[in-house]
Amino acid sequence: MATFGFSILKDRQIDYDNNDHRLFRFIEEQEPSIRLCIGCGGCTAGCTAAGFTGFNYRKLNYLLMRGETEHLQKGIQQCMLCGKCKLVCPRGVNTRNMIFALKRAFKTPLWEELQKKINV
Amino acid sequence: MTNIKKIAVLGGGVAGMETSIQLNRLGYQVDLIEIEDKLGGHVRNWYKLFPDHKPADEFLEKLISNLSATDVQIKTSIQINAFLRKEKKLCLFDQACEFGVYDAVVVATGFDLFEAYRKEEYGFGIYKNVITSAGLETMFLGKTIKTSGGNVPKRVGLVHCVGSRDEKCGNLHCSKVCCITAVKQAITLRQMLPNTEVFCFYMDMRMFGPSYEELYREAQEKWAVRFIRGRISEAAQNADETILIKTEDTLTGRQLKMNVDLLVLMVGMLPSKGTTVIGKKTGLDFGMNRFLKVKDEHYHANETNQEGIFVAGSASAPMNISDTISHARAAATAVDHYLKTTDHERFSEKNNIRNLEKALHEK
Repeated sequence: MATFGFSILKDRQIDYDNNDHRLFRFIEEQEPSIRLCIGCGGCTAGCTAAGFTGFNYRKLNYLLMRGETEHLQKGIQQCMLCGKCKLVCPRGVNTRNMIFALKRAFKTPLWEELQKKINV
Repeated sequence: MTNIKKIAVLGGGVAGMETSIQLNRLGYQVDLIEIEDKLGGHVRNWYKLFPDHKPADEFLEKLISNLSATDVQIKTSIQINAFLRKEKKLCLFDQACEFGVYDAVVVATGFDLFEAYRKEEYGFGIYKNVITSAGLETMFLGKTIKTSGGNVPKRVGLVHCVGSRDEKCGNLHCSKVCCITAVKQAITLRQMLPNTEVFCFYMDMRMFGPSYEELYREAQEKWAVRFIRGRISEAAQNADETILIKTEDTLTGRQLKMNVDLLVLMVGMLPSKGTTVIGKKTGLDFGMNRFLKVKDEHYHANETNQEGIFVAGSASAPMNISDTISHARAAATAVDHYLKTTDHERFSEKNNIRNLEKALHEK
C-alpha cells in the first residue's frame, strides 16, 4: 500500500465520559483534600523541581481529577518530595500525600488495568 | 417627651453614621458612640472610591452633612466595655460608670485590615518596597508614589487575596472588595504614572457589583493594566531594594519570575477588635469567619441572637460601601419594627411565619 506520510491524529480533547475515573476516586479516598484545589498555582510557583523539569503539581492534580491518567506516572517522577507546595497551599491540600497515594496506586491491579487500556 | 425611645449606635464609620441618620429621621433619640476621636472610620484613609472614582472625602462630607442635619448625639473617644440588661433596657458602661440606658443597640463596629506582616513570605515590614493597599491609598492622598529610594516606580505589582481565602492564616472567607480595589488602584496608578507598568496577580477576579466588570474591562482596554493569574508564592529583596516575585503563570502553565519596584499587598478584611470585644461582652454569636452572626442571611440580616441588639455594616461580613449603606438602612427599619411592636405581636408574627412554613412543608 502506498503511504503518503499522512496519519490520523489522536483526539486531544479530554473525553470525560469515556475516561476512567477510578484512579481519581482511589486517590480522593486516601487524600480528600485534593478536591479543594482552586488552581492558584502557589504549589508550582515555589516548586524546586518545576524550575528545571516540566513538573507541575497543579496540572497533574487537574489531570487526575479529569481522569487523564496517561502522564501521571512519568509526571510525578520529578517530584523531590520537599513539601514546599504543602507549605504554600492556601486551601490546605496535602500535596505531598497525593504524590505518595499515587505511588501506592501504581502498585495496584487497578493501575495495571489502566496501563493496558492506555496502551491499546 | 420621655416616651421617645433611645438607641445607641456603636461605631462611627459609614454603617454607624447612616444607621443613626435613618433612626433619627424615624423619630428616635440616637447616641452615636465612636472609640476614636473622629467619625468616618476607614473611608477617611481612602483616596477615591470604586467603581466611579468618586473622591472619598466628597462621599464622607455628604454623610457628615446629613448627620449634622439631625440631632443625633455624637460621642467620640468613648470605649464601651461592659453591658448589662435591666428588664427591657440595655445599659452600656464606659470604663466603670454607666454610660447610658437604651431601648435598642446597633453594633456597627466594622472591620480591621489584615495585618500583612503575618504573610511573612511577602516580606511586609521586612522589605522597604512592599506596602499594603491601605499604604498605597495614603500615597495617593499625598500625590506622591515613590519607592524607598525616592524614585518613581517603573513597575508595580498588586497581589490579590492577601489574608483572604487562605487557610494558612486561618481566614477561609473572601473579603469581597480587594479585587475591585486592585482594579481601581491599578487604574489610579496608570493615571498618575503613565509610564509605569502595572500588574495584578489574581486567583479569581470577583467583580460582584454593578459596573465592576466594566471597570475591569476598562483597566485592560484603556489603561493596559496587565493581569496574571497566579498566586505569588514568595517575594525577595534584591540588592537595589527592588522586589523579586515568583508565581506560576497558571494560564500558560509555566513558572514566572519578575522584578517590581513596588509590591502592593491587597489586604483583606477581618472583624475589628471592637466588633470582637462588643460581640463577646453582649453575648452575640460569631460566624465561622469570626464576624458577627446574623439571625438569617436572607430575611433577618440585621437581627442577632440577642434581643434588642442589631448589627449594621461590615461587623457582620466584609462589605463594600454601597452594601454597607443598604445594610445600615435595613438595620434602621429592623430597629424601628422592633421598637414599635410588642413582645406579643412579635411572638404571633413568629408563629404566623412558622405556621406558614409548616403549611408549605405539608403541601
